[in-house]
Amino acid sequence: MAFDTPAVEMPKQAPDERTQNFLEVARGYTGEMAIKEAERCLSCKNPQCIKGCPVNIDIPGFIELVKEGKFIEAAWRVKETNALPAICGRVCPQENQCQKYCILGIRGQPVEIGRLERFVADFEREKGIEMPEPPEQTGFKVGVIGAGPAGLTAAAELVKMGHEVEIFEALHTAGGVLMYGIPQFRLPKEIVQAEVDYIKRLGVKIHLDSMIGKLYTVGELLNDGFDALFIGSGAGLPRFLRVPGENLSGIYSANEFLIRTNLMKAYRFPEYDTPINIGKRVAVIGGGNVAMDSARCSLRLGAEEVHIIYRRGMGELPARHEEVENAQEEGVVFTLLNNPVRFIGDGRGNVREVELIRMELGEPDDSGRRRPKPIPNSEWRMPVDTVVIAIGQSPNPIIQQTTEGLEVTRWGTIIHDEETMATTIEGVYTGGDVATGAATVISAMGAGKTAAAAIDRYMNN
Amino acid sequence: MYKIVSKRELTPNVKVIDVHAPAVANKARPGQFVIVRFKETGERIPMTIAGTDPEAGTVTIYFAEVGRSSTELGMLEEGDELLNFAGPLGNAAEIKKYGKILCVAGGVFSGAMLYQIEALKEAGNHVVAVFGFRNKYHVMLEEEVKGVADDAYICTDDRSYGYEGMGVVDELLEKEDFDVVFTIGPTSLQKNLSEKTRPYGVPTRVNLFPIMVDGMGMCGACRVTVAGDTRFSCVDGPEFDGHQVDFDELIMRMRVYNPQEKIAMVVHNREAN
Repeated sequence: MAFDTPAVEMPKQAPDERTQNFLEVARGYTGEMAIKEAERCLSCKNPQCIKGCPVNIDIPGFIELVKEGKFIEAAWRVKETNALPAICGRVCPQENQCQKYCILGIRGQPVEIGRLERFVADFEREKGIEMPEPPEQTGFKVGVIGAGPAGLTAAAELVKMGHEVEIFEALHTAGGVLMYGIPQFRLPKEIVQAEVDYIKRLGVKIHLDSMIGKLYTVGELLNDGFDALFIGSGAGLPRFLRVPGENLSGIYSANEFLIRTNLMKAYRFPEYDTPINIGKRVAVIGGGNVAMDSARCSLRLGAEEVHIIYRRGMGELPARHEEVENAQEEGVVFTLLNNPVRFIGDGRGNVREVELIRMELGEPDDSGRRRPKPIPNSEWRMPVDTVVIAIGQSPNPIIQQTTEGLEVTRWGTIIHDEETMATTIEGVYTGGDVATGAATVISAMGAGKTAAAAIDRYMNN
Repeated sequence: MYKIVSKRELTPNVKVIDVHAPAVANKARPGQFVIVRFKETGERIPMTIAGTDPEAGTVTIYFAEVGRSSTELGMLEEGDELLNFAGPLGNAAEIKKYGKILCVAGGVFSGAMLYQIEALKEAGNHVVAVFGFRNKYHVMLEEEVKGVADDAYICTDDRSYGYEGMGVVDELLEKEDFDVVFTIGPTSLQKNLSEKTRPYGVPTRVNLFPIMVDGMGMCGACRVTVAGDTRFSCVDGPEFDGHQVDFDELIMRMRVYNPQEKIAMVVHNREAN
């Protein structure tokens, strides 16, 4: 019975091969594998998996179609509620969402819902995407600020309701963190652009190079014919450690490191113009997914030894288990229970060493994780050529600073009603990292969806 | 896409282009910059805004052909289009009535300085301008600055034209009382000028151009130490109090990709042949 059948493994590039290239690590299911995995689904009468999905995908419904080999129809079923399935299938933390609630998971392995979602989305894209019937136009016009996961989802929802939608994106390409943050080997940029194209073909207009707060203000957009606005400007401001020596050359914020690598394709310098400096020994500070991405990019850029330096232990790493495992397989060294105290230069402005202090775990803090505390006189030095600081991002403050009446928390996130995502300005809604602080792609998409529904109600009233 | 509506060559390696970007032209103010990208494989190049014509919808940019990207940009002609032209970014210089102002610019940055001088004059200031260049072949905008500023001095590093180097600045600081000094130019010039004005206690506003990638507050490549704190030039600047900037750190940070610049030029020359 299915309880005993293990999940169908997804083929992956071997670790020693994949660290030599930027190609996608996970290769995806074949049709045969997908059907076999789908057949493990018990088709529960009262499916629990949907409860775990922030965008309420009809999971048993699409899996049933996969069982029948109706892959295109399965993709359509997913797209009824999720405009970015090829992305979600790759980067959602399914183990904490849909798959966490799968009944099979109680005694064995849950159905690999994410892999199936990815398979049907890829299958449909390769066959050529068919567009749904255009809806009747309402005459309302909505502006969406930021073309990341939250903004793209809100835009797709709103345009499907018949509203006119224009996105304002500050960078030179749409996709937000999907383009500048998540690396090619985890989420190929061609797939992001295919999903962006789908949203454009739904009728959404995207203005690039348009930084709101500078080129136009929120107030100007509201006066300029937009009936409502959605702010999904993300968490673009990198945090630093604020320790001595942090401005030495060779020390990157994870944002800079990943923007150069992913968005600007520095791994293809000099074919691409943007360079990056990668030394033999790299220290990545932080334990989240961004840290894992930075460490794995470092290997692919040619580093010989890459350390993850994290102040807590293995059990406290905030990164997804799968990403930690991938990094370990590829040879990333986990230097845990250590925290940087300062960086030491070579006298010519380049970083040469990082001084670390050993940590131990004390009582649990507010987050429930055990609080790390330094062990006195345990400082030691690690030689480094390149350092990546991956300790988190804060909201980019420009919109908040240039919008009168838009209230923010002390962390710079936009204050909003959790049910409607409405801000303190009438007709202006928000979602994603700028509302909640740095979180996941799928939670941003969920918020975009919630906000789109609220915007629709607001405009119709 | 953003069309280059006009292009002129000012000196052997300085070109000026007017780019059709009506929304940017409406909003841009002196001191701000744009990020330019002109090919799919291109980098994001920050460039200081040196004028706007809101009616024509154009923004003026001066650039010196010093590396691969700027050389390739210089090969584009009128009618060609830039892929990206994002701005206006950074904070505008504070334009108000200060009284008597010294404005010092170097090389290609004279274009951006002239734009700022025009605004400062309009605000009712007495402006003394010093424009410095490497040699007589690199002198530009002489007539223009003399037409706008109350006094204008042209200098060259090798004394081949006008006054010698920065000597005229020493004399001006000694003889006259300035309420504020503005400078845009090579970082070494901005550093030297800040050192010169420090003993006189004249507020000195520098306009920095460190390495940037997004130019929108995301990457932190442009971080600079000002009064002991780390600031981002793109969103906190680019204008700062020159007496508080750690120029030595900035200059070291600006050199970090010099080896790659050389590789890029080799590749460029090979492709050009």
